[in-house]
Amino acid sequence: MAAARLLKDEATEEKGDRARMASFIGAMAIADLVKTTLGPKGMDKILQSTGRGRNVTVTNDGATILKSLHIDNPAAKVLVDISKVQDDEVGDGTTSVVVLAGELLREAEKLVNQKIHPMTIIAGYRMAAECARNALLLKAKDNKQDPDKFKSDLMKIAMTTLSSKILSQDKEHFAKLAVDAVLRLKGSTNLESIQIIKKAGGSLKDSFLDEGFVLDKKIGIGQPKRIENAKILVANTAMDTDKVKIYGARVRVDSMAKVAEIEGAEKEKMKQKVQKIIAHGINCFVNRQLIYNFPEELFADAGILAIEHADFDGIERLALVTGGEIASTFDNPESVKLGHCKLIEEIMIGEDKLIHFSGVEMGQACTVVLRGASSHVLDEAERSLHDALCVLSQTVNDSRVLLGGGWPEMVMAKEVDELARKTPGKKSHAIEAFSRSLQAIPTIIADNAGLDSAELISQLRAEHHKDTTSAGINIISGGVGDMDKLGVSESFKVKQAVLLSATEAAEMILRVDEIITCAPRKREDRM
Amino acid sequence: MALAFDEYGRPFIIIKEQEQKARLRGLEAQKANISAGKAVARILRTSLGPKGMDKMLQSPDGDVIITNDGATILEQMDVDNQIAKLMVELSRSQDYEIGDGTTGVVVLAGALLEQAEKLLERGIHPVRISEGYEMASKLAVDHLESISQKFEFSVTNIEPLVQTCMTTLSSKIVNRCKRALAEIAVKAVLAVAALERKDVNLELIKVEGKVGGKLEDTELIYGILVDKDMSHPQMPKRIEDANIAILTCPFEPPKPKTKHKIDIDTVEKFQTLRQQELNYFDDMVQKCKDVGATLVICQWGFDDEANHLLMHRNLPAVRWVGGVELELIAIATGGRIVPRFQELTTEKLGKAGLVREKSFGTTKDRMLYIEHCANSRAVTIFIRGGNKMMIEETKRSLHDALCVARNLIRNNSIVYGGGSAEISCAIAVEAAADRYPGVEQYAIRSFAEALDSIPMALAENSGLPRIDTLTAVKSQQIKENNPYCGIDCNDVGTNNMREQNVFETLIGKQQQILLATQVVKMILKIDDVITPAEY
Repeated sequence: MAAARLLKDEATEEKGDRARMASFIGAMAIADLVKTTLGPKGMDKILQSTGRGRNVTVTNDGATILKSLHIDNPAAKVLVDISKVQDDEVGDGTTSVVVLAGELLREAEKLVNQKIHPMTIIAGYRMAAECARNALLLKAKDNKQDPDKFKSDLMKIAMTTLSSKILSQDKEHFAKLAVDAVLRLKGSTNLESIQIIKKAGGSLKDSFLDEGFVLDKKIGIGQPKRIENAKILVANTAMDTDKVKIYGARVRVDSMAKVAEIEGAEKEKMKQKVQKIIAHGINCFVNRQLIYNFPEELFADAGILAIEHADFDGIERLALVTGGEIASTFDNPESVKLGHCKLIEEIMIGEDKLIHFSGVEMGQACTVVLRGASSHVLDEAERSLHDALCVLSQTVNDSRVLLGGGWPEMVMAKEVDELARKTPGKKSHAIEAFSRSLQAIPTIIADNAGLDSAELISQLRAEHHKDTTSAGINIISGGVGDMDKLGVSESFKVKQAVLLSATEAAEMILRVDEIITCAPRKREDRM
Repeated sequence: MALAFDEYGRPFIIIKEQEQKARLRGLEAQKANISAGKAVARILRTSLGPKGMDKMLQSPDGDVIITNDGATILEQMDVDNQIAKLMVELSRSQDYEIGDGTTGVVVLAGALLEQAEKLLERGIHPVRISEGYEMASKLAVDHLESISQKFEFSVTNIEPLVQTCMTTLSSKIVNRCKRALAEIAVKAVLAVAALERKDVNLELIKVEGKVGGKLEDTELIYGILVDKDMSHPQMPKRIEDANIAILTCPFEPPKPKTKHKIDIDTVEKFQTLRQQELNYFDDMVQKCKDVGATLVICQWGFDDEANHLLMHRNLPAVRWVGGVELELIAIATGGRIVPRFQELTTEKLGKAGLVREKSFGTTKDRMLYIEHCANSRAVTIFIRGGNKMMIEETKRSLHDALCVARNLIRNNSIVYGGGSAEISCAIAVEAAADRYPGVEQYAIRSFAEALDSIPMALAENSGLPRIDTLTAVKSQQIKENNPYCGIDCNDVGTNNMREQNVFETLIGKQQQILLATQVVKMILKIDDVITPAEY
């Protein structure tokens, strides 16, 4: 008798080896896709959206690439997910984590073909990951005590992160920019207070860090263009028609004269509101919502600079930098905290006018103005800078630092190899495989740079068998170099996150022996 | 298709549109049903035990779930066959009742059906098989009772509880840090348990997950965690000794349900209305302030003006907090949920030692911790993990562990795991079978054989030769008269489950056998399947 149908019509089911193969292939395909973007000589990808306008994004950032893919393979989705998490959690290493997970699965596939049970492989991988992590912990350096050294560490990390991005030409410039910005945060990881403004035109080199705050808005007509010793009221209130909020209220009149009266009352109300605001003794008023012409005129008459329609982030940041509070009622002027700054002026960047607040009270926030030839360049520059900022802010909290250029992978691989030799049983095969996967990362970096990877890696391995070494791949000269001297560093936290998430993801995919896909939800036909 | 004829020999139709309906009858129907049930069991079979594999499920919307939990797999599986749906129900009811052993119950039912098929082929009537199974299940449950052990634990000695939870967690992907998670689960259950009543309200344990960090960062918070932040960015992020007003009314002008209109036709009316509006917000904030609240938690939103007033009067507030969370906060802080501002009094405020906001990662995720509450009977388990699927799976695994801990508090009898209880039952049932005259004897014997299938699946999943292992263990049990011998899945070197500290709850095991028997009986009694035509 034929097997009874269990599942709904379009649902599919894959079992055992087939399921495993499907997930291996899916995961490896994703890893291979982003592989070529790894390292300082990695290539970029063009992504074209399916939406209207066919927007084009040029990027080198793993998370961005994977986010925009439409994927059907469930295992591939797991990898996309870890890359996303890596982006949220530490901001960088989004490509490495996918490539490492892909390599781990590639090695696992070979082992499964040799009839080693996936559970044994997982057990081996776990031991290896633990051992690799310990190796990193031992080798990590912490320069928190020494501010100068710490700052140079940060510089090195920023340069290493940026070297694989579009900003690599001016990496010193940008590294300095990012380090300055992050140090201003004083340990907070709230990157919200670093504002990035993109303005097309000029070259990347013209980008700069501004210690004050730049708001991408225009000053109202007839209002002062320059204010010294500004007292700023930051508000979130309706300055168009201040509606009566009581539910059900409406205006119903029976003659034109009444309409005029009510209109007058409305105007009077607005006027009073403006009076109250002015009574705060301010000379600058920033509102999140629209300001209509009538109140704007009133402000202009009082010599107050009124800025309308600043977006929510802008308001929050402005409140943060100037030390004022965001107000919505204006009845007690004496107790509202006003913001202060030395100078407000209109400045020109390229062709656009911006409002510049300088000499602000709290030094936490700052603005980075990016300049570049096209919007694609600017977008990519923003992503790269964001990566660098994320890594730096995480490093400020966890100041342990490692060398870069494939050095950490080789250190881990060596320790893991030694563990494999000591471990009896089938697990040792898996541990060995783990070490091979780790070595795959420097191999790919070298390959992407067009170097002879086999030669380089073997040299590197020999170098690492000495007790203390700081050898890594020197991409520029194409040989083995001393990473300590070259100043290539990476954050410990990023490496650890890469190692752990990649192992976790690989383990998860390895454990699967059956894939059940439900029938896709039917979209209702819209006629 | 059966037709009925009247006295003139003309056929008449009993079932509407009879010709178009597919119909299976008699033995045919039973066999079809059995094969469907078996198919479901076969899917779950490989997920059993500490070395069981996971299943990857793709939902209709394309989301991926990776799990090892029987109930979850079946629920997500989009099953179409009616009998298969019965099996899904079976696993679900085990989940509701016990919370653990959802895979085992389906595998057992599958094995019982398989045995029943053989008996049917020999021409034994299905009802007789059912009766035999019924007797056998009674025997097995009684036998479990006799080999079970009470084990003692107290609030200070939680080790036995932790060991049992570890057995549950060892089959899940989280087994890497099963010790830590088991401790968290046990502590959480003990925190909310009413030991004298022997009851646990699991609703007081909230399980929250946030992507990022690693599994080891999972923590137990004696308090509540709310995935919200303060309503105004400049409100204080840390409040000590908070008096919390828990409100279910919005900081907005009233919105009566009855339809009404306020007509504004004169300037005076316009102005009075405006004045009223202003007073309204002022009044609300003042009421909160008057009763001495230092934190407002509200189920609804705030008007911009109200928000600023709150900030201005130095009264931090949280908005859009869900109903369930609100209730938990009320329980934890000993406060009352207040539906109207007029009813706020000092006694109705909740108390918490510390309320703080914590941010995660590089995105602006913030969460609110409410800790050191007046009444620590509500706790939160906060899970961290590498990705979304991992967190979901950890949630499910922890739920199982929590249920196991709860069951132990309700009834502290345990049996040993690793298939030892099943083997022991199988021996007992087999021995008892010979005492029953009649056809039932065969059914009882088949039941014993079906029980063997669980240790067999365990051995198979662990990569051991299944028949060799099973027979070895069985003979050892009989020889040594030791019901604690099971399958050594983790390659520890001993198959005495007592030494390996592998426990399961007695009620969980009994429930598995009873539920599986019930469903099998039901399936066996069906002798006619009528399916409407596809349209």
